[in-house]
Amino acid sequence: MQRIALVGMPNTGKSTLFNRITGGNARVANWPGLTVDLATHRVLLGAKMVQMIDLPGIYDLSGGAEDERIAQSFLANTALTGVIVLLNATQLDRQLGLALQLKALGAPMVVALNMADEARSAGITVDTAALGQKLGCPVLLISAKRGDGIADLKQALIDLTSRNQQVNLDFTCLRAAAAFHDEEAHLHHHHVSRPPTMPASITARIDRWILHPALGLPLFVLTMFVLFQLTFAIGTPLQDALGSGIDWIKSSWLEPALAGAPEIVRGALLDGLYDGVGTVLTFAPLIFLFFSLMAVIEDSGYFARAAFMMDGLMARLGLDGRGFVMLMMGFGCNVPALMGTRVIRDPKARRLTMLTIPFALCSARLQIFLFLCAALFTPAQAPWVLLGLYLASIVIALGTAWLLRKRFTSSEPFALELPPFRLPLFKQIRLRGWGETRAFLRTASTMIVAGVLLVWFLTHYPNEHHSYAAMVADVLEPVLTPIGIHSEMSIALIFGFVAKEVVLGALSVITGVQGNALSAHLASSMDPVSAISFMLFTLIYVPCVATVATMHKESKSAWFTAGSVAWSLGLAWVLCFVFYQGTRLIGGWF
Amino acid sequence: MCPLFELSLETPARVLKLHTPAELTQRLCALGLRPGREVTVLRRGWLGGPLQLRIGSTELMLRREHARAIEVETLPVREG
Repeated sequence: MQRIALVGMPNTGKSTLFNRITGGNARVANWPGLTVDLATHRVLLGAKMVQMIDLPGIYDLSGGAEDERIAQSFLANTALTGVIVLLNATQLDRQLGLALQLKALGAPMVVALNMADEARSAGITVDTAALGQKLGCPVLLISAKRGDGIADLKQALIDLTSRNQQVNLDFTCLRAAAAFHDEEAHLHHHHVSRPPTMPASITARIDRWILHPALGLPLFVLTMFVLFQLTFAIGTPLQDALGSGIDWIKSSWLEPALAGAPEIVRGALLDGLYDGVGTVLTFAPLIFLFFSLMAVIEDSGYFARAAFMMDGLMARLGLDGRGFVMLMMGFGCNVPALMGTRVIRDPKARRLTMLTIPFALCSARLQIFLFLCAALFTPAQAPWVLLGLYLASIVIALGTAWLLRKRFTSSEPFALELPPFRLPLFKQIRLRGWGETRAFLRTASTMIVAGVLLVWFLTHYPNEHHSYAAMVADVLEPVLTPIGIHSEMSIALIFGFVAKEVVLGALSVITGVQGNALSAHLASSMDPVSAISFMLFTLIYVPCVATVATMHKESKSAWFTAGSVAWSLGLAWVLCFVFYQGTRLIGGWF
Repeated sequence: MCPLFELSLETPARVLKLHTPAELTQRLCALGLRPGREVTVLRRGWLGGPLQLRIGSTELMLRREHARAIEVETLPVREG
């Protein structure tokens, strides 16, 4: 099959164009270099089926960054019909060089100048015919976002495929980008014209507020807060409705259908497998909403600004500004935040950020804390306890980065582009939300189902009154008693491995009471100090199987994942021990 | 002649020489920050944060330590 590769610098709208041509679902964002694994898609061009490959965004074919090496080795080792070189029409002064570099290698090209609409409104005009003559290939102005010029681009690709030639690029004669700077300047000078002074842009006006030294951070926190609130305001009713639908199917269809089956089969299928899959499914609306809203902020260009704002502080902790953005995302849910660290292209820097995210107090943990705070503290005390937990979460996450910064030193050349503010497209947002939901369902389903099955087995065998879970709790007793967590609560912690959402449900199963009665029971069985210790432990130890699964999928390393789990478990115990015994000791003095 | 870091805000300057690490230099050149080009510092981040720079129609952030390693010379402010 003929192959066409899409090459371009980060932030030129490569993924948008790829989606536009293929109708596919590659991720797109206003960050430099987000496309990770090579997205490929088959497209019908004329009468031929052609494979399109979206290469990672690269600045320079001779560059040494990981993405650049990926692109180089792909281009050097694959027979290609041609290359689409996508350039940002407003930034040709520095992007034409990439086309020149590819031309020198003898690549059959079509050069597409994206963001023609932005160029037009900035007063930039390009003589595409003359430029095409110099480059020896078609040069087209397009807008991938609005769909302008796509038909012409497809026609140019059809012309390319009709030659029926495949070429291998010889990278041994690759010249450095700097060798093309003069030619680039020459071409830009003669064939691109721009007004002598750029009109004061909307972006500059928005930046004045968003990057304000005093207002910038509160504005960003407020934005994230609104995002979480919206996600849960719209998502929770959907989640509940989906949950009752799933229960209804279980009670009215599945239970009667399996009435004759042996106990173990019925239990494993219904209470284990079905409930597990059901739990995963109920998360789907939340994930979809969360990512759709996130895509709005991300595609607008706001995240790059937030990274700019926090970089000074984060650099001292061994992270960079993007790590802060991901940590903020983690306060909603750790899973998407871990996936989001893909924007950090240096593997070590990315791993350091990934290690901090499980400590972000996510919304599932918040549910537990709200319930326990209401049960054990007065309305005047409760908010302070909660605030303390949030502070602990931030300090532990950043402290982890600070402690491990020497082992995970970034070698990424750190210069991030700050793209202009852009209005996100509804279609992109929907595609992104759906893509992430699918990815989540695929990863999480196997892990959560396995986890739920395991917990079901542990709590029902050999029998419900003396289960393996109770035995494990007995074994754990000497470990957990010094931090003030008694056996009833330790079973809940075992459930918490699966998902923090099930902890409260598990507590009511274990104690046999629900709602207010559960609050009363907990208030009588725990004192405030052990309650805080329990919450601290819940905050720090492994967030949930979905997080662990995502960590594994994203880091592609079982050792790294195991290390992260061990670190959080160990840290949880040590900090709770210090807190619990310390408070008891101080309490004893008075 | 002065380091880019010391340039006043909104003052156009010409890039003379980059003493940054090789890989960063290559990246900065790709982003348009190369000898001969005109650069403007738009703002400095708080808490020792990075600089927001404009080169042509590209805006980027660069950490202070790196901005210290770039030599520039100021240009007369244009009218308009």
